[in-house]
Amino acid sequence: MSEADKILDEVTGQEYKYGFVTDIDTDTIPKGLNEDIIRLISAKKNEPEWMTDLRLKAYRHWLTMTMPKWAHLDIPEIDYQDIIYYAAPRTKPKYESMDEVDPELVATFDKLGIPLEEQMALAGVAVDAVMDSVSVKTTYKDTLAELGIIFCSMSEAIAEYPDLVRKYLGSVVPYADNFFSALNMAVFSDGSFCYIPKGVRCPMELSTYFRINAAGTGQFERTLIVADEGAYVSYLEGCTAPQRDENQLHAAVVEIVVLKDAEVKYSTVQNWYPGDKEGKGGVYNFVTKRGLCRGENSRLSWTQVETGSAITWKYPSTILAGDNSVGEFYSVALTNNYQQADTGTKMIHLGRNTRSRIVSKGISAGRSQNSYRGLVKVGRKAAGARNYSQCDSLLIGDKCGAHTFPYIESENPGAIIEHEATTSKISEDQLLYCNQRCISTEDAVGLIVNGYAKEVLNKLPMEFAIEAQKLLSISLEGSVG
Amino acid sequence: MLLEVKNLHCMVDGKPILKGLDFKVGRGEVHAIMGPNGSGKSTFASVLAGNPKYEVTEGEVLYDGVNLLDMSIEDRARAGLFLGFQYPVEIPGVSMANFMRMAVNARREYLGEEPLSAADFLRLMRDKGAVVELDTKLTNRAVNEGFSGGEKKKNEIFQMAMLDPTLAILDETDSGLDIDALRIVANGVTKLKRPDNATIVITHYQRLLDYIVPDFVHVLYQGRIIHTGGKELALVLEEEGYDRIINEYNK
Repeated sequence: MSEADKILDEVTGQEYKYGFVTDIDTDTIPKGLNEDIIRLISAKKNEPEWMTDLRLKAYRHWLTMTMPKWAHLDIPEIDYQDIIYYAAPRTKPKYESMDEVDPELVATFDKLGIPLEEQMALAGVAVDAVMDSVSVKTTYKDTLAELGIIFCSMSEAIAEYPDLVRKYLGSVVPYADNFFSALNMAVFSDGSFCYIPKGVRCPMELSTYFRINAAGTGQFERTLIVADEGAYVSYLEGCTAPQRDENQLHAAVVEIVVLKDAEVKYSTVQNWYPGDKEGKGGVYNFVTKRGLCRGENSRLSWTQVETGSAITWKYPSTILAGDNSVGEFYSVALTNNYQQADTGTKMIHLGRNTRSRIVSKGISAGRSQNSYRGLVKVGRKAAGARNYSQCDSLLIGDKCGAHTFPYIESENPGAIIEHEATTSKISEDQLLYCNQRCISTEDAVGLIVNGYAKEVLNKLPMEFAIEAQKLLSISLEGSVG
Repeated sequence: MLLEVKNLHCMVDGKPILKGLDFKVGRGEVHAIMGPNGSGKSTFASVLAGNPKYEVTEGEVLYDGVNLLDMSIEDRARAGLFLGFQYPVEIPGVSMANFMRMAVNARREYLGEEPLSAADFLRLMRDKGAVVELDTKLTNRAVNEGFSGGEKKKNEIFQMAMLDPTLAILDETDSGLDIDALRIVANGVTKLKRPDNATIVITHYQRLLDYIVPDFVHVLYQGRIIHTGGKELALVLEEEGYDRIINEYNK
């Protein structure tokens, strides 16, 4: 091994830093999946009959489906009867103040560097912290309530706002959409619901920290965001998970509805346990995220920083149905060691003068495989549709892989679709230059990677951008932004 | 002695380049190294900086009494050795301010000093930028990205000013510069000269030495210093070339 390889090996061979298990009592149900389990989940959550029925319908449909195989991923066989489908922290469901919160839970957030109090006080972020499926804490609710904004757990929404939920749940991602959306609808344990009424600009970033904790528990979140006419909201989702040996399946669904003149920004920083250096363990992240720009002049922007999970399989997508609607997708996907990612987006242009922009930055290190897969589709009626896509890949070392699968389908001859792609490596000359300026190789790699990803990181809200920079550095170890 | 190089041999891709180079630099001195193409000038600079492409096969380099060859590239830099690159690389997306802040604070940490506050750092950037008449806009741009040849070289001297090195090695900093840029770069180097630091200037041309007046001029040929003189040697070389000295050496 040459000196440079050795250094790269050291820099990229870092183990996951957030591997710890929080010792909180969890209330679990038996392993496996059948109609009784689904009824039990629904009953534990005190759900109305329509919800139970919806779950059962989804389950019955799921039974007719098989797991898709088209991704550029090597996925071990998953035994769906070997998964526990529900776990809730066995603590009181509601808290009035921080003092009542399980100190263990607070300590966990502290270890992650996301103290709730500080965020509440300093950043003005309302946090709906989802820890193993049930929301344990919802903040800033009163402030939001004054504006008519609903931000609560999905369970609460089902109980309190059944009309809104029934109107929109499954309207963008129906349960029959795909294998995992059917599974999710059948067994989802909780998630977040957000409704911004007509003409309201949400004054703060809404944020949910997801965290998988109970060993062997599949995590099935369901998120629904509705921005009514002229509304605006910026929503943040961030995740870290404790270290463990068995694989954990995560199949979340995120649905976003954007009505006329409304705008939604959805940002994700994903850092689930990627498995150890040999590729053992780690989270499977198979998520369906889709937004519908239903009204004229509506806008939806996805920004994601993906550093975690053993396997990442997701395509946050936007259906541009309203005339003049705009979809954006900004992504950084970093894979290291034996991680695999097949991620990208779909932009479906249906309305006139719809525009979309895709900026994807892949970073591959170690022995990882990183694929961009994207679809730009222009329908017959989408006169004046425009898309610009830029897909860049950065390779660190010579044992990793980067792949790009862009699909373009246009039924409208007037559409303008542009695609640019580059592949580059961190050069030894760049490292030498940084070293000669006193900067260690580890820091230099982080610096270069953050520079490369800057266009995407700049799209994140400030606090999140800093966290994301740190993540990129930690994931490659030690790098800086 | 700040730098003592004894019988230095090195190879690149199995081919010997330096073949018994001896060289000494004292504090407060300015040395110029000249010589025909392929004589090993840039190799010598790279070996001092620690470029891993070059394999040292024999000899010794003492920097301030310490074995330089045992030190990592970044520790050499932190200990005050600066190399102005002939071809500075671009680092897309990394702002000069970010880059320099990390560099300056890494050096300070090595020296046991506190990191600079944002305000102090920005003040330092402004002050040092003035040394080479560097447009403040350049410091907001990404490292060397889209810089003209002249801007890149000015940027090297700017970084030298920021890092305040003890031993600066400038590898063909004058190549590709027009006369105005050359004057600015050379004046920058002269302004940074102090009794406790030293500079090695590697150059092809006498013209740079009109501005940076050397105490010693060395001729490097086939991997060895074959002749050393005072500043007037540069003028002689400019007029008659290297042939006479090389012929004398070959005898």
